[in-house]
Amino acid sequence: MSLIEIRNLNVRFGGHDVLQDVDFSLEKGEIVTIVGPNGSGKTSLLRVLVGALKPTDGTIKRAKNLKIGYVPQKLTLDPTLPLTVRRFLDLPRRNKAADVREALLRTGVADLADRQMSQLSGGQAQRVMLARATLGQPDVLMLDEPTQGLDQPGSAAFYTLIEDLRRDIGCAVVMISHELHVVMSASDRVICLNGHICCQGAPETVTSAPEYRALFGTGTHGALAIYRHEHNHETCDHDHLEEHESEERSHVG
Amino acid sequence: MLDNPLVLAALAGGGVALAAAVLGCFVVWRRMAYYGDATAHAALLGVALSLGFSVSIFGGVLVVSIMVALLVTLLTRRGQGMDTVLGVLAHAGLAFGLVAVSLLPEGSIDLHDYLTGNIMSVDAGDLWVIWGGVFLVLGLVAWRWQGLLTSTLDNDLALASGINPKREQLILTLALALVVAVAIKVVGVLLIASLLIIPAAAARPLTRSPETMVALSAVIGVGSALGGLRLSMAFDTPAGATIVCVAVVLFILSQIARLPASR
Repeated sequence: MSLIEIRNLNVRFGGHDVLQDVDFSLEKGEIVTIVGPNGSGKTSLLRVLVGALKPTDGTIKRAKNLKIGYVPQKLTLDPTLPLTVRRFLDLPRRNKAADVREALLRTGVADLADRQMSQLSGGQAQRVMLARATLGQPDVLMLDEPTQGLDQPGSAAFYTLIEDLRRDIGCAVVMISHELHVVMSASDRVICLNGHICCQGAPETVTSAPEYRALFGTGTHGALAIYRHEHNHETCDHDHLEEHESEERSHVG
Repeated sequence: MLDNPLVLAALAGGGVALAAAVLGCFVVWRRMAYYGDATAHAALLGVALSLGFSVSIFGGVLVVSIMVALLVTLLTRRGQGMDTVLGVLAHAGLAFGLVAVSLLPEGSIDLHDYLTGNIMSVDAGDLWVIWGGVFLVLGLVAWRWQGLLTSTLDNDLALASGINPKREQLILTLALALVVAVAIKVVGVLLIASLLIIPAAAARPLTRSPETMVALSAVIGVGSALGGLRLSMAFDTPAGATIVCVAVVLFILSQIARLPASR
């Protein structure tokens, strides 16, 4: 049976529809990527899946004892809270020292165990959060724009890491991404979201779907979007990302 | 032993400082500093109401503090900023408290005692209430420790692990109300917030984990209470204010001695 099954999901904030009639199911071990423009409900959908957001309407069925490893978009770490990486991995449940070490090794940040969380760079923090999410044999990893703020090689390495993790742990992966070109190669299934599910399926199917093209453009237009993305990640401070994205959207959509 | 006012004062001050210092770490981490102020100022209204209705001051303050907590939750959910809500409630509590006190029969309350505390007036009965409150607060924090820490870190991270951040927030709020209620006789409404924040702030630069920060904060808090009490005896200064002064001096020293890599 499916790990998670959602039927007729509706989410409304203050009279405004964020998600409408979304059906979604997640099978064992598959990598699903959610793409869509800003404000399309990607994060809301992920938060519903994680259990952080109660839907206005609809049914959610989770497999018995489903374990979710969650990587939020960004952890706002308050420097008033002293917290080492090692201690962070023991929240909320304490783990064996060997398991923590293995998790940090898996994501390539074993040397950071004694560092303060508030001192980590964006990429380091993402790997530490990923390490934490892999503890306790999760059935599924859920990641919200895990490569936001990483440069091109950094995000490529991150996606490779996720595929490795899926192989090692055997977990399913649900992630949100803006990096269309990388996503296409790393996913088993792509869901194109814009308040509702526009189209979904294997990456090749989705890229040729008219709904997808309407959202992200085709031909030179689409290539321009991708090019602009790469350009952005290499040169731009990620604080400017939001601004850039809205600018990009007006270009593409 | 419990008939010596100095011993009573030391036990009362030490107990209140201990509970406040532990809880104060969460107040600092969650940026709730003005929450302590709002609850403490509203406590004055609690004192006046307790005297007006002839119920125990502890009970009256506790009820008003909890009401403030509920009001904060209600108003912030309606879109008011947290700092605005706390500012309104802190001053509302103080103003209504002062007005209510003035309506009480002449001579029924020495306002000064409740603004800055009167630790020497603590009796054995107060001590039971204080230490009962202290153990309850420490017990709550110890029991919910991992959940409190996780939801302090990130709401969604907590929710994804099956922890309800609203429940953890409620536990902290109740513990805060309890600390204010037991502390009012010792340091008074004007200085309660300082016992919450200063020891935790002094402990921060010297620590690398939440546990050591709480432990050091407790040591600094209790040390300030006992040291301040002793100094207030020696120089005949007000006890509550002297305790806070000692804590501030320790805060300054810790800022100078900060760990090189702790920021």
